[in-house]
Amino acid sequence: MLAFTLRRAIQAIGVMIAVGVIAFSMFRFAGDPVNQIVSLDTPAAEREAVRKSLGLDDPVPVQFARYFANAAQFKFGVSYQFRQPVSNLLMERMPATLELAACATVFAMVFGILMGVYSALRRDTFLTKIFQAVSLIGISLPTFLIGILLIYLFSVTLGWLPSFGRGDVVRIGWWTTGLLTLSGLKALIMPSITLGLFQMTLIMRLVRAEMLEVLRTDYIRFARARGLTTRAIHFGHALKNTLVPVITVAGLQFGSVIAFAIITETVFQWPGMGLLFVQAVQNVDIPIMAAYLLMVSLIFVTINLVVDILYTIVDPRLRSTISRPA
Amino acid sequence: MTVPVLSVRNLEVEFLTRRSTLHAINGVSFDIAKGEVLGVVGESGAGKSVTGLAVIGLIDPPGRIAGGEIYLSGTRIDHLPPEEIRRIRGKRIGMIFQDPLTSLNPLYRIGDQIVETIRTHLNLSETAARKRAIDLLAEVGIPAPEKRIDAYPHEFSGGMRQRVVIALAICAEPELIIADEPTTALDVSVQAQIISLIKRLGRDHGTAVMLVTHDMGVIAETSDRVAVMYSGRIAEIGPVQDVVQNPLHPYAKGLMGAIPTLAGEDKRLVQIPGSMPRLSAIPPGCSFNPRCAFAFDRCRVERPEPLKQGSHAVACHLYDTAPNETAKETAA
Repeated sequence: MLAFTLRRAIQAIGVMIAVGVIAFSMFRFAGDPVNQIVSLDTPAAEREAVRKSLGLDDPVPVQFARYFANAAQFKFGVSYQFRQPVSNLLMERMPATLELAACATVFAMVFGILMGVYSALRRDTFLTKIFQAVSLIGISLPTFLIGILLIYLFSVTLGWLPSFGRGDVVRIGWWTTGLLTLSGLKALIMPSITLGLFQMTLIMRLVRAEMLEVLRTDYIRFARARGLTTRAIHFGHALKNTLVPVITVAGLQFGSVIAFAIITETVFQWPGMGLLFVQAVQNVDIPIMAAYLLMVSLIFVTINLVVDILYTIVDPRLRSTISRPA
Repeated sequence: MTVPVLSVRNLEVEFLTRRSTLHAINGVSFDIAKGEVLGVVGESGAGKSVTGLAVIGLIDPPGRIAGGEIYLSGTRIDHLPPEEIRRIRGKRIGMIFQDPLTSLNPLYRIGDQIVETIRTHLNLSETAARKRAIDLLAEVGIPAPEKRIDAYPHEFSGGMRQRVVIALAICAEPELIIADEPTTALDVSVQAQIISLIKRLGRDHGTAVMLVTHDMGVIAETSDRVAVMYSGRIAEIGPVQDVVQNPLHPYAKGLMGAIPTLAGEDKRLVQIPGSMPRLSAIPPGCSFNPRCAFAFDRCRVERPEPLKQGSHAVACHLYDTAPNETAKETAA
C-alpha cells in the first residue's frame, strides 16, 4: 500500500515536471518578455539591464531550472500587469475559486446521486421522466447560457439573488470565505448551480446506469434470496458497488470544475482564479498564465492520486492486488 | 402421512412479452418430504430453475406465477405480499445459486454478509450472530473459520466460496434448501465435496432439498427421488433408483441412455434427435411428440397427464392403458 502510494506519487511528480516544461516554454514562445515590461521608448542599454536583472540572458536550461525551483516553492515571478508577485495574486483569488468548486461539486454529487438512485429504482414514474429531461438540459445547454438564464430569472426578474460578485466575505487567516455571511451564501447559489449542473447530470446518468447494472448481478439476486430487506439490498449492497466508478468520475470532474470555473467566473464576475486567468490572457500576462497552468495541473494530479487511493479503500479486491504486485 | 415440507400443485409460470405470453411452467406438481432430496433434471430451458425461483418467490416481471399453489409445510406461500415472502426467503427457504464466484458481494467481508443475513432473520446480538457465523463456516468445512470470517470473497477458491454460499443459505435453519445447479461452475473433484456436503446438511438438519441440475451423476448420487422435466412439465417422477435403472417415459429413457458408463461396452451413446421446442412454439398434445420414436396420433392432440405407474408417475400416453384397451375392444 505504501509502495503503491509512493509509486503513484513519483508518477505525479513526473507529470508536474512535464507541465513545468510547457509552462516555461510559454515565456519563450509568446514574444520577448522584456518588451512587455518596458515602454516603447526605452533605450537598448536599459532593456539589457532589465534582461540581466531578470536573468533572461542565462542559457535556457539554467532559466528553466531556476523557474522550476521557484515554482516548487510557489514563486511564479511577478505579474506584468499588476506588478505584484503572482503567488500573492493566486493566493488571494484561490479561496473564491475553491469555495465555488467545492459547492458546485457537493451540489452535483448530492443531487446527482439522489436523482440517479431514484430514477434507477423507480424507472417508470413521472418524477424519473422529469429527472431525465433535466439531465438532458444539463448536458446539452452550454454553461454560460445557463448562467445568463439564471441571472435573468432570479436576479433581473425576481430580484432574489445577486447577479455578480461574492457578497460579503469573512477573513480567516489568509483564507476568505463567503460561507459565513448571508449575502455570501446567496451569492454562491447561482454560480454553484451553473458550474455543477453538467457534473450533476453526468453523475446522475452514471449512477443510474451503474445501479441498473448492479441490480442485475448475481449477488443482488442472492441477497434477495437471503431475504434481506429491500432497503439493505438497494442502499447497503447495490449503492456501494455503484459508487466505485462514481468516485473516479466525480474526482476527475472536480478538476474540470476548477478548470472550467473560468466561464462561470466570467459570467458572474466571480473574483477567482479563472477570472484572473481571463484577464491575464487579454493582457498577455504570461507569469499568471503559466502559474495558472501549473496550479490546475497540480490540482488534477493531486485529485488523481487521491482517487487512486480511495479506490483501494472502497474495493478490497484492489487492495490485495496492490500488496501483491503481479 | 405427515405434511410435506414443500408441496407444489399445478404450478404455472408465464412470461409476458410484447408479442405473446410464454408458458415456462405448465402444471407442475410435486412434493418434497422432510429430509428428502428431490433431484430435478432436464435440458436447459426445461423450467427447472424457474420452478425453484417460483417457490422462493423470485420470479421478476415480466414473469409471473399464473396459476397453481405452493405450500410450505402446509401454509400457502405463492400469493403472499412481498414483505411476507421476503421474511420466508433465507429463513425458511435457503437458496444456492449456480455460480459461487458471483453470488457474494465482492465489497463486503464474508462474515459481514453472514452476520447481516443471520440478524435479518434471527433476533441475535452482533456478537452472538458472529459466533453463529463462525460455527456455520466450520460446519460447511471452511478451515480456520475464526480467521477466514474476516476475508473477502475474492480471497476464496470457487469451492470454498460455494461453501460460504451454502453457509449463507442454511444460516437460519431453513426447512427447505433450493440448490440451483450448485456444482455446475465447479471442477469435478470439488463437485463431489459440495454434493456430499449438501447431502450431509440435509440429513443432519432434516432439511428438504430441491436439487436442480442437468447432471444425472449428481442426481444418482444425492437424490432420493427425481423429477424429469421437459418443456415446462414433469415427464416422469419417482424414486431415483427406479427412474435411473428403469425409466418409463421415452424422454427419460433417452436421457438415461445418454449417460456414459465406465463398465459398459464400447458403444455409441444414444442421442435424442432434435432439440427441445422453444417456449413460443410448443407443439400441441405431448410437447415431446416431434422427437419421440413411439409417438402415435393421440400424442399429437392430447396432452398427457401424470399417471401413477408403480413407484413412478409418468406423463405419457404409452402407459395410459385403459383407453387403449377400449380402443382394442371396439376394433375387435
